[in-house]
Amino acid sequence: MNDTTTKNPSTADVALKVKELFASTVREGPGPVGDVCLWVEARSLSDVLRHLKDEHLFDVLMDETCVDYPDRPQRFEVIYNLYSLSTGNRIFLKVAADDQEPGLPSATHLYGSADWFEREIFDMFGVRFENHPDPRRILMYEGFEGHPLRKDYPATRRQPIIGPTDGPDHQARHG
Amino acid sequence: MTTIDLADLPRDYLDSRMVLNVGPSHPATHGTFRFSVELDGETILQCTTEIGYLHRAFEKMAEQGTYTQVIPYTDRLNYCSAMINNTGFALAVERLLGIEVTPRCKAIRILFNELSRIMDHLVCIGANAVDIGALTNFWYFFRPREEIYGLIEAICGARLTTSFTRIGGLSADAPEGFVEQARSILPGIDEAIATVDRLLTNNRIFIDRMSGVGVISKSDAISYAFTGPCLRASGVSYDVRRAQPYLGYDQLDFEIPTRTEGDNYARYLVRMEEMRQSRRIVDQVLDTFPEGPINVDRPDVVLPPKSRTGNEMEALIRHFKLIMEGVKPPKGEIYHCTEGANGELGFYIVSDGSGHPYRVRVRPPCFPILSAFPRMVCGSMLADLVATLGSLNIIAGELDR
Repeated sequence: MNDTTTKNPSTADVALKVKELFASTVREGPGPVGDVCLWVEARSLSDVLRHLKDEHLFDVLMDETCVDYPDRPQRFEVIYNLYSLSTGNRIFLKVAADDQEPGLPSATHLYGSADWFEREIFDMFGVRFENHPDPRRILMYEGFEGHPLRKDYPATRRQPIIGPTDGPDHQARHG
Repeated sequence: MTTIDLADLPRDYLDSRMVLNVGPSHPATHGTFRFSVELDGETILQCTTEIGYLHRAFEKMAEQGTYTQVIPYTDRLNYCSAMINNTGFALAVERLLGIEVTPRCKAIRILFNELSRIMDHLVCIGANAVDIGALTNFWYFFRPREEIYGLIEAICGARLTTSFTRIGGLSADAPEGFVEQARSILPGIDEAIATVDRLLTNNRIFIDRMSGVGVISKSDAISYAFTGPCLRASGVSYDVRRAQPYLGYDQLDFEIPTRTEGDNYARYLVRMEEMRQSRRIVDQVLDTFPEGPINVDRPDVVLPPKSRTGNEMEALIRHFKLIMEGVKPPKGEIYHCTEGANGELGFYIVSDGSGHPYRVRVRPPCFPILSAFPRMVCGSMLADLVATLGSLNIIAGELDR
């Protein structure tokens, strides 16, 4: 068996400490098999991230992604995948979210990689991030309607293929 | 003689800045993405990146079919090293199912993972050298690459889009004489690496173009979640094969090359050394190439052999159910990462217990790397942008998914 399937004890210790410190807003919950996952309430997300980064050396935001559960009151689950290069620990954070303003606090002030990850989550799911420096779509174009990775966006839906917008005259156009 | 007071001139007149569009279809991008660079003369003042031109909705499409039907899509992520993506996805689903593949399957997967890594680095270094004007290396490199493709073709029939792994095993066993064929192409790889090493590593022009260019500091590389050769060239010895070993990489003897400069030249040197290390792994795997089955003994996961499907009712039913309904992992989530050619290639899979994945997220190593690109090129010359881009090995298929 892949040895990452056993829980790294030190990650479990980190989880215990974080739960103690943020007792009212953090709890352990279901997450990826073999990894430690903490469910965090949006209001303390920034503090938990900062605490993990500064105190427990989780220096890499390896990935940030989202899953859509349309039946839940807050339908989106945003998942933070944090890795520590010095201890080799990996911890997952989950935050429930919806598509309302102001959205989740952005992690861009702590991790450079959050910039594009959060743009992608906004693009694909419509989850907003407060204080994001550049809250635009990233993979889809500006005029694209809807958020394609939501469960209610049909995979067969087609939207117009856009051409280049009318730019300045080009010599090749001869007119 | 009248004099012109410079302050009276319109601002634009004095402003030597101009905006230049690089891409989306540009020979240096080796794919489709666009930069808009603001230049003062030839110095880059600002750079904005626009991606998404090659978006094919991988993650959405993966939710539509069965788990096995995702495998062909993974070929098209990093198409220079499709085998690594195949393996990464299969391993993630296998971990969710609690399956450990057979020793022979592991050996074949490792072998092709490392050969794919070599191929990927061959393309990266070759193309990077072409971009800065050294064409010959590309040809020296593409000969062994072609021979590796020949080996891939021998085992799975395809060259680029291999779709080689299956959940719980492989689509085909190694053909007769496979180990000998694999051994026969290895000297060509060594020779090409040695030739290019002689041509480039101490080449004055090459060093001038690469050294000190496209620098990313260790702290920035960590903040931007760099992984793979780009992180190792900035002084962090992180390799998933070591940090979270899979397929038995912990049993193999190899080193993780690192450099501290964080520039294009460091990335070149790291990739060159990684190819040599991958070659060592290939040797070790071929020396202990195990016999035995390639698929696990799990009737609910692996298709019965064709000879039985045609002759036994039970096998036919099993075949039919597996094709129509698919493999059904238990309800749950998994994150599994493998060391892709460009860094940590992670698959986050959510299963709702049915035959279709509820969500498949792929963590593409290129994506965070390109997000730091403006940091690496601002202040340098326009021509350095091309050299830097080549050294990062951005693969648009993986970037846009």
